[in-house]
Formats: sequence, C-alpha cells, structure tokens
Amino acid sequence: MINGYLRPDGRKGIRNIVAVVYLVECAHHVSREIQIPYRDQGVHVIGFPGCFPNDYSQRMLQKLCTHPNVGAVLLVSLGCEGFNRHTLYETIEKSGRPVRLIGIQAAGGTKTTIAEGRKWVEEQLEALKSTPRAEIKPHELIVGTICGGSDATSGLTANPAMGRAFDYLVADGGAAIFEETGELIGLEQVMMDRAATPELAGEILSCMQKTAKYYDTLGHASFAPGNADGGLTTIEEKSLGAYAKSGQAAISGLIKPGDEPPTGGLYLLDVIPDGEVRFGFPNISDNAEIAELIACGSHVILFATGRGSVVGSALAPVIKVCANPHTYRRMSEDMDVNAGRILEGTASVDEVGREIYDLIKRVAGGEQTKSEEMGHQEFILTYKSFEPIGPSCLPTAQTAA
Amino acid sequence: MTAKELLLLDADDNIAVARQDLKAGTRLEVHGSPMVLERDTPTGHKICIRPIAPGEKVIKYRTPIGSARVPIMPGDYVHIHNLKSDYLPTYTLTGDNIRKGA
Repeated sequence: MINGYLRPDGRKGIRNIVAVVYLVECAHHVSREIQIPYRDQGVHVIGFPGCFPNDYSQRMLQKLCTHPNVGAVLLVSLGCEGFNRHTLYETIEKSGRPVRLIGIQAAGGTKTTIAEGRKWVEEQLEALKSTPRAEIKPHELIVGTICGGSDATSGLTANPAMGRAFDYLVADGGAAIFEETGELIGLEQVMMDRAATPELAGEILSCMQKTAKYYDTLGHASFAPGNADGGLTTIEEKSLGAYAKSGQAAISGLIKPGDEPPTGGLYLLDVIPDGEVRFGFPNISDNAEIAELIACGSHVILFATGRGSVVGSALAPVIKVCANPHTYRRMSEDMDVNAGRILEGTASVDEVGREIYDLIKRVAGGEQTKSEEMGHQEFILTYKSFEPIGPSCLPTAQTAA
Repeated sequence: MTAKELLLLDADDNIAVARQDLKAGTRLEVHGSPMVLERDTPTGHKICIRPIAPGEKVIKYRTPIGSARVPIMPGDYVHIHNLKSDYLPTYTLTGDNIRKGA
C-alpha cells in the first residue's frame, strides 16, 4: 500500500517537502544557506534566476510550489526583482499550504534573513509531522519519463523497459507523461496513429511541425556522426529510441509544462516554446525537462541513461534506469535498475518493465532512490514562452464534444 | 528458436540487434532458419532477419526506421549503405510530406 500525504487541496503527495524558493538569483545563496542545516530532512531549494518577469516561469513556480509532494513554502525575495511574488504567494495560500515571504532588503540583509528563514523552516518541519496520511492508489499516480546521457543501448533496453512499466501503470489507470519532442521527429505519423481522436492527431502533427521548425532555426543537428558510430542509421531510428519510453498505450492527450493530466492514460508533453524563437535552446539540460514533468504533477520521474547520468531532482524522486551493462558495472551506486541485462540476455523487457513498475510503487511508498539517498536535488528553470493548449488536446474536451 | 547472440525487439521486425560484437561468417539461427553474418557487427548494430525488397520499410521495434536502398537478405549488416531515412532532413516538414514519408 502507498501511504501518501493528503494536502488541503485534496491532492496526494509521496514526499512531504518544505520548498525554499528564490525569486531571483540574488536570493539564491540566502535560500541555500537557509536550507543547509535541513538538507537531509526534506527541505529543498528551487527558484528562478531571472530579474525580469516571464509568464512561463511564473506558472512553473506556481505549479511546483503547489505540487502534491510539497507541504510548505518559504519564498525568498531580494525585494526589487520583477518576479510577481504576490501572485505566487496568493496561489500557494489558496492551495491551503503554509507559506511565508521574506524580503532580504526589508529583513535587513543576509544574516537576518537566514535566521528568520531557518526559524520558519524549523516550525514547518515540526508541523509537517502531523500531515494527514491517505492511501494512494496506482490510478492516482502520475509518472514522467526522460532519457539523458543516451547511447545506442538506451533505445534497446532502458527505454523499452520503461515503456513497458508505463503500459502497466496506464493499465492500472495511472497517468504517464513522455516528452523530448525534439527527439521524436520522424515519428509524427506513428504518434498520430496512436492518438485517441483525429483532432488530437492533428494537434500532435502541429506540435511536431513546430518542433522541427524550432530546431531548424537554432541550427541544432538532431543526428550526429556519433549516433551512426553507435549503430543508429536514420533520424527515425534515433527518435525511436526516445519514443520507446512511451510504451504501447493510446495517446490520451497533449499537454504543455504546468498542465496536469486530467485522467489516467498516456500523455505527450510538448516542451517546445510557441511563437518566434526566443530565449535560446528549449531545454538546456535534462533537469529543465524534469522540472517541467514535475510541474505537470509527476510524483516520480523515470530516467534512462546509457552513458551514465547521475542527476536526481528537487521535489520528486528520480529512478535511474541504466541501459548499458558496462556503464552499470562502472556506476552501479548511481543506478536504481540495471536494464542492460536485456542486452546480455539475462532478463526480458517484460521482466525489467515489471521491476521498474514495482519500484515506482515502492518509491511512492517512501523507499529512497539512489539519487535521493545521495542528496541529489538538481533544479533549473529558465525563460520560455507558451500559448495555452488547444481544445482537442485533453480527453475531457473530447468527451464534452 | 533465435540465437542468443541476437536481440529480437518485436516478433514483426525484419531486423535484429547484436547483443555482443559478432564476427563475419558467424552462423546464427533466427525463427528456426539458419543464416550467416555478412560482416563484422558491433554490439547494438542491426542484422537483417527477413528478406527486404528495395523500397520496403525496415522495421525495428514494430516501427519503420527508413526504407531499403537495395535488396537486403537475412544475415546482411543493415546500416547507412542499404537503409535510408524517409524523413526530410531539411525540415521542410508539412502535413503532406509526413503522410507521404511515413
């Protein structure tokens, strides 16, 4: 049984975190200092470095601060930054979570803010001990997936096994989110064929056209000579490796960062900004995508790696599935699952898929992942720009029509 | 019966993947049929397991990954020399192109 934390807004989390949130880079150090004595007690630091306001990052922090894994939020402002701290504060307050805003300039500087912040965090840690518990059924779970540090084995072992775990989750009524649309180029038709409705298929096509145009403008090559050396022949094949994470279920919906799946099923997360190309690369590193998956309500993240990534994340546990058996032997302390056994013939995709799904449930029930045990809490949030999703993107809209 | 040196990702695929580095001339069995490896095949690379006609889709994990440039026979190494992308790498991507390309 998964024993979760019941939030005042009715959502259920699998961790009970106090988030310390810097609202501009100038407040980052102070936020980190507030956290340090409690970094092993479920106090995490997230934030936004920019001084100038941005609708996307505003929405991201609003969603992350009201994520079901978060029990209380301390906002740390310098005082003169452009981030709309008042709207963020009100959003958190409305969700029923304890929230406190400290302005460094008003509080008297670094030391007084750290002292005041730590006092509040200590109070919250004490109060969170009496958070009501509630059982989480598998159909209430949201799981996101990503691959990073990929090699030729990623698409052969870890990604298909994670796809199989997604099939089990979706069959139990849970929600699964896959993304990396930049590495799904060439699979437009295959994904359209899996869309729940023709209208959703049209939305997926538009999304992929936008993706291709965006990467073309950036001049970003999606197929490098190293891919061919590793045994990949075409862009479709490379994309297929990433795509295998999605499993076999029908695609229920297309969402953007911050949109939570309204029902169970498989969802594609569109991470490519809308409109003209601004602010640079859409995802500057894996943790940018992990933060977006968490902003969509993901309780747990599945991360496939062949070369050997070590990252975890703030706010949600990351389960690392190692694709390459040689990498696993070298970096086993960082890896939760050895999917390389599929290549060596000692386990099937089904077996590893079942192992991953069982681990998802154990981690949701409180078991620490390797990256959590070692204190990994990576987080990054940068500027982006999105339009709202279209009316055909969600299953509820389709039912209503 | 399929040789343990090969990974068959889906029963409908027309290629298999080498689980380990394999030498040219190695004799292997796939779905009960014998075949001989045409070339040295590194770990993770592709080997044809069913005859593929020119223009026919190469299927990996039940999904097309491109079209055969030439006839490909069981045991043949499958890579850039005999398989081409159906995708437009110039990114002139339109709805019509995708339907034709896929």
